[in-house]
Amino acid sequence: MALDNLADTTARGRRSVRHYDSRGSRLFDVLNVVLLLSLAAITVLPLLYVLAGSFASEAEIDSRPFFLWPKQVVLDAYDYIFASDAFLRALLTTICVTAVGTVIQVMLTLTMAYPLSKRFLPGRTLAINLVVFTLVFSGGMIPTYLVVRDLGLFDSYWALILPLAINPFYLLIVKSFFQELPETLEEAARIDGCTEIGVFWRIVLPLSKPVIATFSLFYAVAIWNDYMSPLLYIDDEQKWTLQVLVRQLTAPNADSENALSALEGAFFPQQGVKFAIIVLATLPILLIYPFLQRHFAKGVLIGSVKE
Amino acid sequence: MATDLLPGAPPGEPKTRRPWRERVVPRKPGRRLASALRHRWLYVMLLPGLAYFLIFKYWPMYGLHIAFKDYLPFLGYSGSPWVGLKHFQALFAGPDLGRLMTNTLILALLTIVFAFPAPIVVALMLNEVRTSVVKRSVQSLIYIPHFLSWTIVASLTYLLLSADFGVLAAFIDDLVGGQQVDYVAQEGWFRPIIIMQLLWKQTGWGTIIYLAALAGVDTQLYEAARVDGAGRWRQLWHITIPAIRPAIVVMAILTSGHLLDTGFEQIWLMTTSLNRSVADVFDTYVYYIGITQGAFSYSTAVGLFKGLIGVLLISGSNWLAKRLGQSGLY
Repeated sequence: MALDNLADTTARGRRSVRHYDSRGSRLFDVLNVVLLLSLAAITVLPLLYVLAGSFASEAEIDSRPFFLWPKQVVLDAYDYIFASDAFLRALLTTICVTAVGTVIQVMLTLTMAYPLSKRFLPGRTLAINLVVFTLVFSGGMIPTYLVVRDLGLFDSYWALILPLAINPFYLLIVKSFFQELPETLEEAARIDGCTEIGVFWRIVLPLSKPVIATFSLFYAVAIWNDYMSPLLYIDDEQKWTLQVLVRQLTAPNADSENALSALEGAFFPQQGVKFAIIVLATLPILLIYPFLQRHFAKGVLIGSVKE
Repeated sequence: MATDLLPGAPPGEPKTRRPWRERVVPRKPGRRLASALRHRWLYVMLLPGLAYFLIFKYWPMYGLHIAFKDYLPFLGYSGSPWVGLKHFQALFAGPDLGRLMTNTLILALLTIVFAFPAPIVVALMLNEVRTSVVKRSVQSLIYIPHFLSWTIVASLTYLLLSADFGVLAAFIDDLVGGQQVDYVAQEGWFRPIIIMQLLWKQTGWGTIIYLAALAGVDTQLYEAARVDGAGRWRQLWHITIPAIRPAIVVMAILTSGHLLDTGFEQIWLMTTSLNRSVADVFDTYVYYIGITQGAFSYSTAVGLFKGLIGVLLISGSNWLAKRLGQSGLY
């Protein structure tokens, strides 16, 4: 049940009900739409500007305050970035960490949510309370940092994955989703001799595909965007993720040429690389955005709009 | 503390028949064990997740006791000497607490005043749009920033506010009086910039929860209101707003429970050496003192102090919600 569809039905249903013809009402409609469109414009214009800027020459970036199309398309910034080991390494690191991390997170979340959804399981309430308590109180940054250090995870890619392996909110949402699944199917499978794991694997997981898709995306975006974990746990420049590289290139007083450590003596497009790296780090998110929008809207609503 | 009442979950669990094997009336002590054994595979499935919570959530909570010690890495947890409340006394007597409190509370207040109502207003505006194409395109566009990282948002901000070529900087220059100002380095501009970022990133996404509530409104209500002669404003006031009131209350509780949780990444990324005096909040302060300066025990004490206030805020707002007849969140 996608949000758009929901919203759509009401809009259509309402149109037949409300046909205002008064002047004030029509004026309001026009104003309302104009305001909303400007809101949408404010939202996307910065992104379009950065996209245009990434293809513009240094001189153009400096001289024109705002543009959506460069006078002359220049690929200097991209050439420079793609020639640098630092970028390719960060890209590869981020892709691998995101892929492995998402698989681990989704698996852990599903396998933990399933037993928690079984009301007959002794000890279930205690386990749920353990989870809920972490939403209210946590050890905080320093004790967690010390745990990661004691586990020997410093400068390890695992430090970017394991401390965030389960999001308690998602876990509880998946748990309530499992609770809503019809009990009879599972009972039938059990009577036919299926083990608990068999039931989970053959009955529950196939029924949960939309939820799995939703939370895979949730987790993947979170890891891709994570900046705090590398900030805390990664010192080794060789293990920088894309977000760290973006920061290194765009921070005020950043030594961006050094951060990219690319071509000796080649022309360095100082501003251009900032635009280009933002585009490159955002692109994957925007590419999967259509799926994101559908699934995320659903994910937020799982458990919230049901009677 | 009811466990199943989380944001997003319906209050209470639906009453279903228990599975046949559970309908055994007198509970003998051995039965619990037998039932546990029968479900051993469920426990096996539970284990990895439980291990995660114990290692990465509860071990750090155990680690909090170094707030009462002088923790030195080479002495370890047990070897470091107890010092009682020394670090808390240092925090309360020191010069930093006032600044941290002020900065955190001002940001929280600005968030409540600006960032909290914005999605409600936009959702109401979207709800009045009658052309579904317009509505859907606007929705699609304003959700985008939610998925961008704070690193990207911060980088965009630095580009747009760049004193050399930033278009937003030039615009504000013109608006304010014509001189070129480096806004990201100005103390006075730190808070407005943070709020602008919040509005840009989260307003669109925030509308979802309200739009979902609005989608559930029975159109017959509007029809009836129209028959009774209610105009558009009356319908908004008597039907639309009451429909989203529960969602507003829930969001208000969530927001006030996490009042002190200023986003670490956002603030850290916008902090420069020039705006530290207004930018320091609890989370970033803990980072500077703990990670960069290595004062583990003192920074843990600061974090614990903030965490305890957080528990108070959450239980307080939850209690208030229940008093107001809402079904609490935790």
